[in-house]
Amino acid sequence: MPDTIAVDVTRYRPDRDDRPTTQRYEIPLRKEWTVLDGLNYVKDRVDGTLSYRWSCRMGICGSCGMTIDGDPKLACETFLTDHRPGPVRVEPLHNFPVIRDLVVELTDFMAKLPRAKPWLVTDSDKPPPDAEYRQTPAEMDEYKQYSMCINCMLCYAACPVYGLERDFLGPALIALAQRYNLDSRDHGADERLEVVSAPEGVWDCTFVGECSRACPKGVDPAGAIQRYKVTAAKETLRSLLLPWGRR
Amino acid sequence: MTIRHDVVIAGGGGAGLRAAIAIAEARPDLSIATISKVYPMRSHTVSAEGGAAAVKLPADSLDEHAHDTISGGDWLCDQDAVEAFVAEAPEELLRLEHWGCPWSREPDGQVAVRAFGGMRQRRTWFAADKTGFHLLHTLFQTSLKYPSIVRYDEWFITRVLVDDGRVGGVVAIELMSGRIETITAGAVIVCTGGCGRVYPFTTNANTSTGDGMALAFRAGAPLKDMEFVQYHPTGLPFTGILISEAARAEGGWLVNRDGYRYLQDYNLGRPAPGPVLRSMELGPRDRLSQAFVKEVEKGRAIDTPWGPVVHLDLRHLGEEVIEARLPFVRELCLDYEHIDPVRELIPVRPVVHYMMGGVDTDLHGATPLDGLYAAGETACVSINGANRLGSNSLPELLVFGARAGAAVAEAAEGRRAPGPAVLAQGQDERRHLERDLLQRDRGRERIAAVREEMQQTVEQGAGIYRSGDSLTKAADKLHELQERCGSVAIDDHSRVFNTELTAALELSFMLDVAQSVVRCAWLRQESRGAHQRIDFPTRDDERYLAHSLIHLAEDGEPEVRYRPVTITRWPPAERVYGR
Repeated sequence: MPDTIAVDVTRYRPDRDDRPTTQRYEIPLRKEWTVLDGLNYVKDRVDGTLSYRWSCRMGICGSCGMTIDGDPKLACETFLTDHRPGPVRVEPLHNFPVIRDLVVELTDFMAKLPRAKPWLVTDSDKPPPDAEYRQTPAEMDEYKQYSMCINCMLCYAACPVYGLERDFLGPALIALAQRYNLDSRDHGADERLEVVSAPEGVWDCTFVGECSRACPKGVDPAGAIQRYKVTAAKETLRSLLLPWGRR
Repeated sequence: MTIRHDVVIAGGGGAGLRAAIAIAEARPDLSIATISKVYPMRSHTVSAEGGAAAVKLPADSLDEHAHDTISGGDWLCDQDAVEAFVAEAPEELLRLEHWGCPWSREPDGQVAVRAFGGMRQRRTWFAADKTGFHLLHTLFQTSLKYPSIVRYDEWFITRVLVDDGRVGGVVAIELMSGRIETITAGAVIVCTGGCGRVYPFTTNANTSTGDGMALAFRAGAPLKDMEFVQYHPTGLPFTGILISEAARAEGGWLVNRDGYRYLQDYNLGRPAPGPVLRSMELGPRDRLSQAFVKEVEKGRAIDTPWGPVVHLDLRHLGEEVIEARLPFVRELCLDYEHIDPVRELIPVRPVVHYMMGGVDTDLHGATPLDGLYAAGETACVSINGANRLGSNSLPELLVFGARAGAAVAEAAEGRRAPGPAVLAQGQDERRHLERDLLQRDRGRERIAAVREEMQQTVEQGAGIYRSGDSLTKAADKLHELQERCGSVAIDDHSRVFNTELTAALELSFMLDVAQSVVRCAWLRQESRGAHQRIDFPTRDDERYLAHSLIHLAEDGEPEVRYRPVTITRWPPAERVYGR
């Protein structure tokens, strides 16, 4: 095994650079090193000015999403040896404004988040019980996979629609709405439907399925969107047939 | 420019979010700022795996949970705090359930509980082995309901402002723009998590750099019991990634190079095929990590390029149990070790995991400094004493996050606007950041070099076993590193997302924390829980049934005092496991 590998990293400092450039760093190639370990090597020993986000380095905090050799990936889960012989191309996530170097702006997602009402909506007339709401393992399986989203934004980077249509709620948000809709304890599906069935909700999705392929945690946002389209279509039809109200 | 809020919460992890929700519910009229250097869902709470302890089954009792906690903490816990903690933990976990947390269930739909280390009963609620992840996301998503919570995501706090013995706000840098703001508030709750990054090998996230501990210390608040650092017995070599104690609670074995369950040699009971509560692999973390060191000394560990390891054996559990109860353990082993625990042994070694000490608070999260509160790992109430039991930290951050929030909501009445001194200090801090750091053009050495030397120094001086000698050497070295920290190179002069500047600030926070650890460890001439002095190998209740409190004296030098432990119903006794 050669003992080094080249990493081509996109650099951009808005107060200095007119446009992004690429900088090559030669780093040790070790079998246990991820791309994140490589970037840390650069930051610590070669060039302290390189900026990127990272925290847990175990694939659960969702900080270190980047484009690695063209694909949206978590840097902490992507091993350098899988990208031999290099150079490994490391760019910021696509479809987001770049703040600097590999750091992208998440303001749009964070602002849209509350619109999905990602909390348990319960009957406000009734106080919560003294004990837990019962929920069988089978009932939990209904929504469990949608609750595994770590908000890493890889699905937004992969989504061709989000790249063109900034108003699109996007895969993770629709999956999150579905996570609560499918929870046996929740009664907020009707409230969420207004947002998710709006034009910039599920209907923007052209179902290419890139989001589900990009997800590092096995969530299937494309499946959530498809399922929601069926629900939304039924509701639309019902409101046409019964214009005086849903029930 | 100055931004005004009623309350500033430093940190957006579990404790900070719980405190914010408590205030928002009690006093919707108060404006709450949660300021965090990361987005809330990135906070280190996300990495907690095994579960959250609270009495659930009819056979269990609050007294038993209290006794397990107190004996687990080697009698250094304040027992009034433990009693409040065990009493309120069940309602806090239930509240999380009502907010949607996907706790794992029994077939009949009730919340399931599992065994955990040092616990006499099954009382650990869990969401598979991603409990912290689900708990954090549930709290974060629930917090979005409250309009009075204003988030400052990716803002880095550099200083807590104090005027006339009273907290008046903070100074923080918005990372995206680089602007530096004074944010005033009548109360500041510090919830910034732990400080594992002070050590070279830790389960902790890159962000666990003791910021809140150092900020509170510099503002004049004491730090308590800083010599008590928990090593978790099962971390993956090289990365330090945690393999949850749940792996042992479900029946995993720790074996040495001969395949022998070596814990039976360390007064932790006799091996049985299945897990036995408070015995063997379900002993407390301090004792298990100490047993590892002894195994290495006996030459019975396995050598690897990353140092000696032992093996965690889950193979007999079978794929079904591992997939249902420990999917994250399997995922982490596959991703980072390229081994499948269904068929292979997991190499593990002790790894720095948790700080029992922290900012000194009372039962309501209040520090001795007026207007300053703390909760979660940053704080030391103390319910963890000399060794925290696994699955007590998540309920702790909920119970004491909520308590701190309630106390602040109540005390907020009649808060006066911050005086000119607070604003002047804010200006001073801004000038310091701009002139001394952002424009530094002649740094002498790399941040990472000083940081790595600090980490090695603390590990060698104040590791699982310490001595007066090792601690003296560490103290001298840290003093030197402190000086060198003042002249590290900051080549990055950009305002925008300057992570070299924040790394320099974090290094200086960590050095304050490291020196507190070493100083308190040097002064405590006994062995208790996670603090093992080879030159003072026994517990000494005559002299040290007391908390160490380190604070900055008038002359700017650290000074250590002691405060007796609060004993209510459980007089000091021997810690007994496995019998």
